[in-house]
Amino acid sequence: MSQPEIFTDARMRKRMRADKRFKFYGFAAIALALAFLVFFFVDIIGKGLPAFQQAEIQVEVHYSDATMNNYNNGVDRQYKSLVSKTWLRHIPNQMRDHPELMGQNRVEWVLAENRVDQFLKGHEGHRLKEKYQKLINQMQEDGTVRLVFNSGFFTKGDSKLPENAGILASAIGSIFVLLLTMLFAVPIGVMTAIYLEEFAPDNRLTQIIEVNINNLAAIPSILYGLLGLAIFINFMGVPRSSALVGGLTLALMTLPVIIIATRAALRAVPDSIREAAYGLGASKLQVTWHHVLPLAMPGILTGSIIGLAQAMGETAPLLIVGMMAYIPEAPDSIFEATTVLPAQIYTWSSESLRAFEERTAAGIMILLAVLLTLNAVAVKFRNRSENTW
Amino acid sequence: MMLYSDLFFWLFGGLIPLAFTAYMVARSKALGTEQDGSRLHSLPGYYGWYAVIWLALPAMLSGLVFSFIHMFGLFSIPAPMLLGTMFTIGGAGLWYALRHIKVDFRARESVEKVTTAILITAASISVLTTVGIVLSVVFESVNFFQVISFWDFITGTKWEPDTAFLIGAGRDTVGMTPPAFGAVPIFAGTFMITAIAMMVAVPVGLFSAIYMSEYASHSARGRLKPMLEILAGIPTVVYGFFAAITISPLIVKAAHAFGLEADYTNALAPGLIMGVMIIPFVSSLSDDVIKAVPQDLRDGSMALGTTKAETIRHIVLPAALPGIVAAFLLATSRAIGETMIVVMAAGLRPNRTANPLEGITTVTVKIVEALTGDQEFDSAFTQSAFALGFVLLLITLVLNIVSTIVVRKFKQRYE
Repeated sequence: MSQPEIFTDARMRKRMRADKRFKFYGFAAIALALAFLVFFFVDIIGKGLPAFQQAEIQVEVHYSDATMNNYNNGVDRQYKSLVSKTWLRHIPNQMRDHPELMGQNRVEWVLAENRVDQFLKGHEGHRLKEKYQKLINQMQEDGTVRLVFNSGFFTKGDSKLPENAGILASAIGSIFVLLLTMLFAVPIGVMTAIYLEEFAPDNRLTQIIEVNINNLAAIPSILYGLLGLAIFINFMGVPRSSALVGGLTLALMTLPVIIIATRAALRAVPDSIREAAYGLGASKLQVTWHHVLPLAMPGILTGSIIGLAQAMGETAPLLIVGMMAYIPEAPDSIFEATTVLPAQIYTWSSESLRAFEERTAAGIMILLAVLLTLNAVAVKFRNRSENTW
Repeated sequence: MMLYSDLFFWLFGGLIPLAFTAYMVARSKALGTEQDGSRLHSLPGYYGWYAVIWLALPAMLSGLVFSFIHMFGLFSIPAPMLLGTMFTIGGAGLWYALRHIKVDFRARESVEKVTTAILITAASISVLTTVGIVLSVVFESVNFFQVISFWDFITGTKWEPDTAFLIGAGRDTVGMTPPAFGAVPIFAGTFMITAIAMMVAVPVGLFSAIYMSEYASHSARGRLKPMLEILAGIPTVVYGFFAAITISPLIVKAAHAFGLEADYTNALAPGLIMGVMIIPFVSSLSDDVIKAVPQDLRDGSMALGTTKAETIRHIVLPAALPGIVAAFLLATSRAIGETMIVVMAAGLRPNRTANPLEGITTVTVKIVEALTGDQEFDSAFTQSAFALGFVLLLITLVLNIVSTIVVRKFKQRYE
């Protein structure tokens, strides 16, 4: 049986092909975006994974008077440029702490220099000299060089020597800043939203405020840095680079996100609930506090988590308020100079040594893991509490 | 020596148990005044909260006043004394509150008044942020525009601020070329990168939105949308690293294969990555407006014998156009203000060129450059950052307001 004429008509076939093509464009667009995502994660993980391993070499350590005077005597000459400088410098301190070591020669596994590390991992651009390459190959046969889990990456602060650099100081800084942001932004944001949504009269002023807040959410983050610099640092005298100024700046940036999310959550609570509570004689505050807020809570939490996750990954305003300085130690108080995880990633990425590149990528992996978890938690919250009234 | 940070700790550490005690005392006192035949005006808890407010508010306000005095350097008193004063004032407040508690005292009304006042204060802080941003940027720019005229800044084609900080440092600058602050090459760079970003984001974002709203099944859409939104959740510093370390060398290699020369700080790498970053902004917003187009329009069109693609192209997209334009504008403002990607992957040299393989610089890069060095804050060089920020603020505000108006018009048409 022949097909109906409409399907065999040349013009119709052309239109059908165009129809298929159009659908394919849509599919291709999504595929492209997702392919980029895969490429991006593979690239970052491929670059970052090696940083979770660190080279160590086995050397004989001489705890002697000569070492006490000059730490370079701590190991045999040929190994001197293979071990990490930070470890070498630390020997005299260790001898002072443990006097019983004096006069002993012990065989120990010690932190290797970053060029050795890069050479062992087979990265190009390791810059290890020819004669040391031979020595390391020899040591590999003897089993006196190994790659172990890089625990220092999680327990040390920043350092100019890549083998000694870790994320601890910046991670603690991030926690400080984030706690401050949460402390300022969440209460003020939620209260603003409650006022605007439940209490404020519906007049021109409220409308202007609403437009204002929507605009605030779209202002480039770097302008919040300018605000922090001009108002918090220059006008109010908050210490530069401190967790306090970082937290305040990020709080102002997060505020509109939280306000908008909270207002949406409050608006989603149906009026019948308010009216029922009024009918029982509750006051306006009681209606809000006892009935509307608990129902809006999941939405408020989701919005707050998303806002805070955004603040955690933010770098630009923090650069402006000075949080990119070289800070090897974790801060003790919110007034001390601090760095944060994204700023640490930024400073590492501008280092020229090859070994810093993998540490940057490893830092990114940690940051992304935390952020994606936060976002997943927020989405879970939203899905579980999605009420249909 | 007691530090001010300890002070905060002691203040809050002391205030919380005190407030709890005040609540319990006031509540039981209120219950004690209740006799046969007379009932409390408010629920007992409100008398407790009344006492807490009178304890905490004066104490915290006095603390705030003292810290402002300290901040402006008028005089500072030792921390322990300050702490003592605050608690005394708080105690006086509590005593005042407890005296008030009687059977017919309207505690709920007082508490609600204070709560509303606190809510209004919080709302004003949020509003003051906007004012603060505008004022801080405007004030510093005004200083700058007193030295360099606004017209020269907007239309000048030379950005050579190198000698400005010498003047700022009071150095003799006779015989040197005066600093030039012509922002045209910088804005040219920003627009170039934004244009590249939009060339990536608009087609990919729009077609993704069309596929998700018109073709994909409900469950596929539920899975695809969050995956696309991951792109918007990746921190910009990460994109910057990716653009600088992975994409830039790839582009240089690719250009070389075609016999072209490319800088490592080329405009293409940050532009492409920025485009990827804003795909979700375009796709989410477009998706929303495409879904908002009434089904009747589609059914009517299909009934006339059009194919699905024809319906989308000729009926749905024109109907959704205002919303799509708004999405486009919002994405543009996002791209113009983006900082980290360009700071890490674009160059520092102002360059007016149409070749995306050359190194260029952008507004945000110059702001960061001017404010992260060890410069005197008053020099024209650092103030130029605020002037650039001012123009950036204007552009993004205009884009946002226009897109808000467009979206409102669109919604009015179909609701």
